[in-house]
Amino acid sequence: MPYGLPRRSALGLLLGAAGAVALGGVAACSSDDDKSATTPEETGPVELTYWTWAPNMDKIVEVWNKANPNIKVTISNQGGGNESAAKFLTAAKAGNAPDIMQAEYQMLPSFVAAEAVADIKSLVSGAKPAFSDGLWGLVTLGTDAVYGLPQDSGPMGLFYRVDLLEKYGVAVPKTWDEYAAAARKVHAADKSVYFGGFSNKDGGWFAGLSQQAGGQWWSIAGDTWKVGINDAATTKVADFWGGLVKDGVVDTQAWWSNEWNAAFTNGKLLTWCSAVWAPGVLSSNVPSTKGKWAMAPLPQWNAGESFSGFWGGSAASISASSKHKSAAAKFLTWLNTDPAAVDLLVKQAQVYPAATAGQSSLSTPPEYFSNQASFWSDAAAISSGARGFTFGPDVNAAYTAYEDSFGKAIQAKSSFTDALTSVQQATIADMTKAGFKVAS
Amino acid sequence: MRRRIGLTPTVLLLLGAVYSLLPVAWVLVAATKSRAELFSSNAFQPGTGLWDNLVELSNHRDGIFWRWTLNTALYAGVGALLSTMVSALSGYTLAKFSFRGRNLIFNLLIGGILVPAVVLAIPQYLLLAKIGLANTYWSVLLPGILHPYSIYLARVYAGAAIPDSMLEAARIDGAGEFRLLNRIAMPMMVPGLVTIFLFQFVAIWNNFLLPFIMLADDTKFPLTVGLYTWLATGANQPALYTLVITGALLSIIPLIALFLTMQRYWRTDLTSGAVKG
Repeated sequence: MPYGLPRRSALGLLLGAAGAVALGGVAACSSDDDKSATTPEETGPVELTYWTWAPNMDKIVEVWNKANPNIKVTISNQGGGNESAAKFLTAAKAGNAPDIMQAEYQMLPSFVAAEAVADIKSLVSGAKPAFSDGLWGLVTLGTDAVYGLPQDSGPMGLFYRVDLLEKYGVAVPKTWDEYAAAARKVHAADKSVYFGGFSNKDGGWFAGLSQQAGGQWWSIAGDTWKVGINDAATTKVADFWGGLVKDGVVDTQAWWSNEWNAAFTNGKLLTWCSAVWAPGVLSSNVPSTKGKWAMAPLPQWNAGESFSGFWGGSAASISASSKHKSAAAKFLTWLNTDPAAVDLLVKQAQVYPAATAGQSSLSTPPEYFSNQASFWSDAAAISSGARGFTFGPDVNAAYTAYEDSFGKAIQAKSSFTDALTSVQQATIADMTKAGFKVAS
Repeated sequence: MRRRIGLTPTVLLLLGAVYSLLPVAWVLVAATKSRAELFSSNAFQPGTGLWDNLVELSNHRDGIFWRWTLNTALYAGVGALLSTMVSALSGYTLAKFSFRGRNLIFNLLIGGILVPAVVLAIPQYLLLAKIGLANTYWSVLLPGILHPYSIYLARVYAGAAIPDSMLEAARIDGAGEFRLLNRIAMPMMVPGLVTIFLFQFVAIWNNFLLPFIMLADDTKFPLTVGLYTWLATGANQPALYTLVITGALLSIIPLIALFLTMQRYWRTDLTSGAVKG
């Protein structure tokens, strides 16, 4: 979660503990939730609650409520992040879960593991073609089940200052080799300037880069998890950044801070590997450089490829305890696949929609990127090559380990491969402790 | 004789004051900045956007900020009042009556002081959810009513401020226990009760975790939780920094006002202590 939230706040830890309690109770009560298949068709008017953090969702829901007096949806804005996920798990344990919950893709597996969200495969059978395979995989977790509908997505690209790249005489890098060369060249020209930055605070960012390289951090077969955080693809990514950090040619300061904003404002940082929601961040944090940025695809590992990864994005899931699953599924299908609804999502909630048709219907570029007329068609092209991976049930533990290990490695300028290995070990240890079967 | 003012304590206190007031000053200045100025101008250079921020704050989501303010006032006002009443009764009883189990009850309460309220929030949520009170105004009010530290304070205060001889004299004059409580004990405890009320009011006003867990409906949120939801807007939207900062500034104004108006009660408290001492 970006935006400078305290990632490991006491609150998060505490609610995390509650979540762990909820997880611990899973095995004992797994039989309660099998009613989903037999939920009868709703007849009378039903009321649904929807926990979300997307802005203006109440206005979007108003449109639905007007057209569907029999299914009335009420919005409750809970904020996002780990805390709201933990709150949902706590509420689910107490039997107070809302009918519908917005879930970040990386949190969804922990909801599934706690049996807090329902498999809605039979209720949304027609929805699959509306989404790219990469996004659909994020709500199936690579299984036969469907645990929600993709709502918004964050395919990653390279955001760069057009004017400054010109000033330092570097072209937009097409491969990571070119990226490294550019990083060295710019920093050699001016020691106070960096071509790009590496963040040890944003596990989701590193996960996205690993997805681009083809990493598969988690997979599940039956009830056994396999953890591959230090697989060959991810090791390649870690080594690449480790080399740049060791030579001191990429910036390693904390993101989302005032200093970081100032580095962009003052032209000390020329590019940002980010996701398609970056215009929102830049326009709010670095308003003075409006119109000077452009978006390119991420540099590739092999010339000629066009892969990307996902950073951020969320699905909407139906809670296992909801008494109105088919009504909720009807609403979610409308919200995330109906052209009119997706249009509202884009305009009112200001998200980059998950639905493929919605992505290609965008035309006017964000105001901050008004100089790049093809912004949205470029984004759609990036999006079509974005691949995700199955997230595990303890993504937070992995991200925390990432923060620790890579933070230390940056300090000591030591091997990123070793740091990655310790993330792998910490993640397996955490899953084992939480009672998951992990293949060795 | 004029007392000498020690240099070291003065410097230490001044440092402490700067340490506590600097963030408040930052909020004050930052609230005047427009979105463009917030991250680009110097930290303590006033901006030009205060009025726009206030208007935007009032209009955002149909003025839900003011609803949260009312909620907070309700939680803090009613909660602190109920808690003060319970503390006053319990403290007076524990201080002035001897009955079986008095020490046991008191020791349990002392033990309760050692348990941080934060730790209790989740169990309280699970319990209240069981009896169907989660996501109601009561779910935030009830857990705050029994506050061990306030009871402890009330007991200590009642023990010191109400002479046994006075109670005995009143009893001999034929006053019933209820009259005793109403006419003699409570008036003597007022300065202590004001302190308890203020403590509780501030604690509930600033409480985050309990309402965050208890409340699902965002129209019941207090300010702390509401402003938090504006910060944690997920990956795709810019956080509403200017609104949160302006909201935070407005949310501390009632606390400052309360302290300024209640201060004189404290002063009488201190002087009466000085005379007796």
